[in-house]
Amino acid sequence: MPTFSDILKEHYEKTPERTCVTILQPGKPDLPITYRELFRGAAGYIKTYTENGVVPGDVVTLILQHGVDVLYAHFGALLHGAIPSIMPFLTEKLLPEKYRAELAALVEVTTPTAIITYPEFEAEVRAALKPGEDSVKNVIVTDRVHGPMDPDMTSFGGFQRKPEDIAILQHSSGTTGLQKGVALSHQAILNHLNNYAQAIHLTPEDVIVSWLPLYHDMGLIACWLLPILMGNHLVLMSPFDWVRAPYRLFQAVSKFRGTLSWLPNFAYNFCAQKVRDRDMEGVDLSSWRAITNTAEPIKWESHQAFYERFKPYGFRYEALVTSYGMAENVFAIVQGGIDEPVIYEDIDRDSLQTRKIARLAEPGQASIRMVGTGKTIPNSHIRIVDSKGHDLPDRHVGEVALKSDCMLTGYYHRPDLTAKVFIGDWYLTGDYGYTVDEVLYITGRKKDLIIVGGKNIYPQDLELLAYEVAGVHPGRASAFGIYNESTGTEDVVMVAEVDCDDALERQKIADDIRATVTRGSAVALRYVHLVKAPWLVKTSSGKTARSANREKFLKEMQDKGQVY
Amino acid sequence: MNDDILSVLTKYITVEIMKQPNRTIDPAEALLSSGLIDSFHLVDLGLFVEDQFGVRIDDSELNASTFDNLNQLAAFIQARKPG
Repeated sequence: MPTFSDILKEHYEKTPERTCVTILQPGKPDLPITYRELFRGAAGYIKTYTENGVVPGDVVTLILQHGVDVLYAHFGALLHGAIPSIMPFLTEKLLPEKYRAELAALVEVTTPTAIITYPEFEAEVRAALKPGEDSVKNVIVTDRVHGPMDPDMTSFGGFQRKPEDIAILQHSSGTTGLQKGVALSHQAILNHLNNYAQAIHLTPEDVIVSWLPLYHDMGLIACWLLPILMGNHLVLMSPFDWVRAPYRLFQAVSKFRGTLSWLPNFAYNFCAQKVRDRDMEGVDLSSWRAITNTAEPIKWESHQAFYERFKPYGFRYEALVTSYGMAENVFAIVQGGIDEPVIYEDIDRDSLQTRKIARLAEPGQASIRMVGTGKTIPNSHIRIVDSKGHDLPDRHVGEVALKSDCMLTGYYHRPDLTAKVFIGDWYLTGDYGYTVDEVLYITGRKKDLIIVGGKNIYPQDLELLAYEVAGVHPGRASAFGIYNESTGTEDVVMVAEVDCDDALERQKIADDIRATVTRGSAVALRYVHLVKAPWLVKTSSGKTARSANREKFLKEMQDKGQVY
Repeated sequence: MNDDILSVLTKYITVEIMKQPNRTIDPAEALLSSGLIDSFHLVDLGLFVEDQFGVRIDDSELNASTFDNLNQLAAFIQARKPG
């Protein structure tokens, strides 16, 4: 079993002049990077890591945006035998002190030896550190890193790593998410890449086009490690550039004859609604053979809207494919739409909601259109289990349990969290679903998790922020997500009990909640709903029962004639 | 002139983005840094401004460094308008 370093070395020796990544930069020429350049850039980082006391097996935290620095820093760390972990970048919405607190929490749990960032961000990083007390020996600033140099592979610590050693850490953001660094071994990732490559029929000619962030499995695995390790050309743009100008994705696919992309569901709506004809002139999308919808619930309507919008540019309906996965399995668990068309079905809504059975709807019955996420990729296995862990038959909704040869090693430095999610060697995903003839359908979540635009958000983090607002008492707010048909993703709702009756004062409290939550989490609330106590539903242990509050909110809105 | 722009923008933001039609927005009130408008809505706002006021906005122009409140956005539009 090889490690990342062995595979990268082979690319370097066999195809040094092959472009592995093209970085798109608005207003500047595209920047192609060959495997030779990747190795030379990584070699400069390896020398810098060594000088800064980073040894193989150490964690290094990367706080860098899409670009050549993150490429060299990440692969430099891997070839050095260190464990890179990519931390989201500070956005203008987030309060610097909140970001510092998150970074300090990340440092505490993952104990990195070094943090790599830009000169203009150095002060921000240092402000989060406790010199002499925490693990960080040095903050490495990109303008003081050794430039590209000829690699001396005999000195690269990456070649001494074993397949079972941890290769990377992956975090989701927020106070809760940062505590769960998913530790993945070389072996798990390489097993996954090989299995997944088979599932999507990857060939050396495939070109991957992506704007996805690298701190999420979809971006980090499918649109970073997969192409660079498997030898596929990756065309990369920054998420910040894409969200401002979504048409860039289509121009890039056309220009580089892109064949594969991965997108969260909201992006289909976003692109269908926000790309102007004038930006699509001359664009040809006929090369796109598979865009995989994953990371949040897949909606049939989103696929239709995307297809209708881009059909005139040669886009093929068969290219709309599906998947379901999670970082704990490296990335995908199932894939749909490659070997056979994506399957969807209309389910009797009452039966699904009250009896937890996905019965096909009769004509005229209230129904929900479910899209199949696909069949398991090779070497991943699923079961649908009830609350006692017993297997359920087809069409019965239960929790999705998973076993594979590409599971996480554990949550880094958190054996307590790791122990909670396994029953024997089966991992409990926290998602509800059912199967029909091996196709997996996802119906909801057991865990209280909000997914906005593919990003996981823990409601407890948002509620804690709401409690900081004067007029909101601890324990008297509840956050949850509600699906928005127009955007194709969830809206975040905060319900808070307040005592005052004054309309102006209530408006101020609502504004404060919005501002505090946004500045503390970078999550924008769509609705802030102030209510009089007692409104919130609590569990027997006194915690807010988010799903019950969500139902109550929806019912109230429906009674008022506002339907979501 | 600016008052017209302000009222059109206010209506669009409160109705379409914030979903609070009865809300008022102070022209000096922070919109982006406060979380009232997030990055996903910036593209919408850009498309709306182009259609409504007949100005052309490049995708890199509308962001937190060019405006954070209605006064700044109105001035930006005013400066762009032909004649």
